[in-house]
Amino acid sequence: MNENNFIIDNQSLSPEALAKKHAIETDPSCRTNHMEYMEGMDRIESDIKDKVMKTVNAYDYTTYSKADVTNVISRLKSGESCSVEDFKTLLSPSAAPFLEDMARLAQRETRNHFGSSVYIFTPLYIANYCENYCVYCGFNCYNKINRKKLTFEEIEAEMAVIANSGIEEILMLTGESRAMSDVKYIGEACKLASKYFRNVGLEIYPVNVNEYEYLHSCGADYVTVFQETYNPDTYETLHLMGHKRVWPYRFEAQERALMGGMRGVGFSALLGLDDFRKDALATALHVYYLQRKYPHGEMSISCPRLRPIINNDKINPRDVHEKELCQVLCAYRIFLPFANITVSSREQASFRDGIINICATKVSAGVSTGIGDHKAKYEKNNSEQAVNVVNNATNDAGDEQFEISDSRSLDEIYAAIKNQGLQPVLNEYIFV
Amino acid sequence: MQKYDAANDPFILGGHTFKSRFILGSGKYDVNLINAAVEDAGAEIITLALRRANTKDEENILDFIPKGVTLLPNTSGARTAEEAVRIAKLARALGCGDFVKVEIMRDSKYLLPDNQETIRATEMLAKEGFVVMPYMYPDLYSARDLVNAGAACIMPLASPIGSNKGLATKEFIQILVDEIDLPIIVDAGIGRPSQACEAMEMGAAAIMANTAIATAGNIPAMAYAFKNAIIAGRQAYLSGLGRVLARGASASDPLTGFLHD
Repeated sequence: MNENNFIIDNQSLSPEALAKKHAIETDPSCRTNHMEYMEGMDRIESDIKDKVMKTVNAYDYTTYSKADVTNVISRLKSGESCSVEDFKTLLSPSAAPFLEDMARLAQRETRNHFGSSVYIFTPLYIANYCENYCVYCGFNCYNKINRKKLTFEEIEAEMAVIANSGIEEILMLTGESRAMSDVKYIGEACKLASKYFRNVGLEIYPVNVNEYEYLHSCGADYVTVFQETYNPDTYETLHLMGHKRVWPYRFEAQERALMGGMRGVGFSALLGLDDFRKDALATALHVYYLQRKYPHGEMSISCPRLRPIINNDKINPRDVHEKELCQVLCAYRIFLPFANITVSSREQASFRDGIINICATKVSAGVSTGIGDHKAKYEKNNSEQAVNVVNNATNDAGDEQFEISDSRSLDEIYAAIKNQGLQPVLNEYIFV
Repeated sequence: MQKYDAANDPFILGGHTFKSRFILGSGKYDVNLINAAVEDAGAEIITLALRRANTKDEENILDFIPKGVTLLPNTSGARTAEEAVRIAKLARALGCGDFVKVEIMRDSKYLLPDNQETIRATEMLAKEGFVVMPYMYPDLYSARDLVNAGAACIMPLASPIGSNKGLATKEFIQILVDEIDLPIIVDAGIGRPSQACEAMEMGAAAIMANTAIATAGNIPAMAYAFKNAIIAGRQAYLSGLGRVLARGASASDPLTGFLHD
């Protein structure tokens, strides 16, 4: 398990639990087959996985030359649309020196398709219990953190605070525990959210088609599932235990959500877990093929990355710095002009402000990734006459999934979008 | 020289009379565009996506619609006839009036209208007393069905929405102009005043545009240019265009001029 730099032991575990944890970490034979569906998981008829992975497996980005890139860019500039092969060229290292050209092309596509609109939303974590052991995630079941599941009263109080700030689109998240936050619980939370927000999205553990149907009937209309990495071999070494370990069931989540009547679906690889160019290709092809099969579905891509470690003297060529991230996002935009691109508060304000002028169409504001701490954070905010969301609220809140880099409030994000001559949009949606 | 007077050439739609033949869209771009368009383009009808109408109080798009302008809510966001009907009713309940532009898209990539669902929605909405303005792909059979379904006009697209690519469907729009007795309003894809003018010369009753103006360097100036182009095209159409030869030229001295008895 040398490839895992994430593993940390938890001193409060019993000797038995610790032994099990170590066995799972070090002995692959102790782990389940990550390509096999578990009992109760829908198996849908779909060839999209095969189509995506066939192209990804054959992708050798080192074969593209600068001449290939200039050829693609000149054709795109003349108005040709971007083919899969063109997209693969734009993701290659040879395209890196052409980032400014790509940004111009991406900006053109963004303005053509989205005008100057930039959508704003905020995430709301309602529970952080998790049954999975994903070695890189702060919510993983072995990590000793404050666990919390909000009661419906607490959820409503949080929503009231957020809605009062002006937010109209919410993304509700849970840790991945069916036992602690079951579908019914999430459905009830969706019903509450529909009272306070015009647009309700979910980022929860993948569920079956009939469960997506139920959640849709409760008011949710968008489902986001991160595949983390599309490389099944790497996936296996990072998701050691729990239902999340099942790679194909996760891959098919967006398709099941669309089958269940959701309006839109979100995709993402956590860039940097594996070869980011291949993961970016897989993400985009996942969107591309699903859109062809479900042309009415609205598609959106997120782009979280593992940050390169500063002052790490072993330079990793696969690290995703801001330039690499920008290249990926421009390529996404040029290849998929219709897809929303979300840039989360994991990125710094300067990056987010710059990227909305090129290709991102959706940003979060007033973000807290803790559980049940909006009230404390937003109110502390007011009392200090400060505009930022304060990130060290001390109460009985559940711990955060990850640290954010852009803690600006809605008003600040709103103003930043306007300052660039763009149009902040809180909601352009109607539930029908 | 005869001066064009809109008062002598009223544009009648759903029992309402308009002087302007320019309908402005309000999607995707800054709401401040609306003021420019009304003042400089003289637009009397403004479309509004209902899904965009509900937003932060201080930026509610309804507040940007000047008095005396007819609001044309559209059903953008609808994927079926039933969804379009629900949105239209919601718009009427919010006080947007009886006009509705039916937009039904089941394609998130090109946003092309679905004629079949549009015909169904038109029939349902016309029965509910709406003035139905269906956005459609220019197809003669669908246009005839829309007439029978109770549409107040037909709104064929010139090219994909937001593309500014002009009259890509020109031949088919001309067929609709020639064969359909309702006003033909060319909607989507018009990118330049010259294209708006050309569509009006063809006999279109009005032009709808948004992106062409919203993406212009000087929005009010472009709105004004569109206004004049639409008037010019209308006047040319009413005047009866001179014919155009496919090839060759026409000699003014006849070859048979020597014939005497």
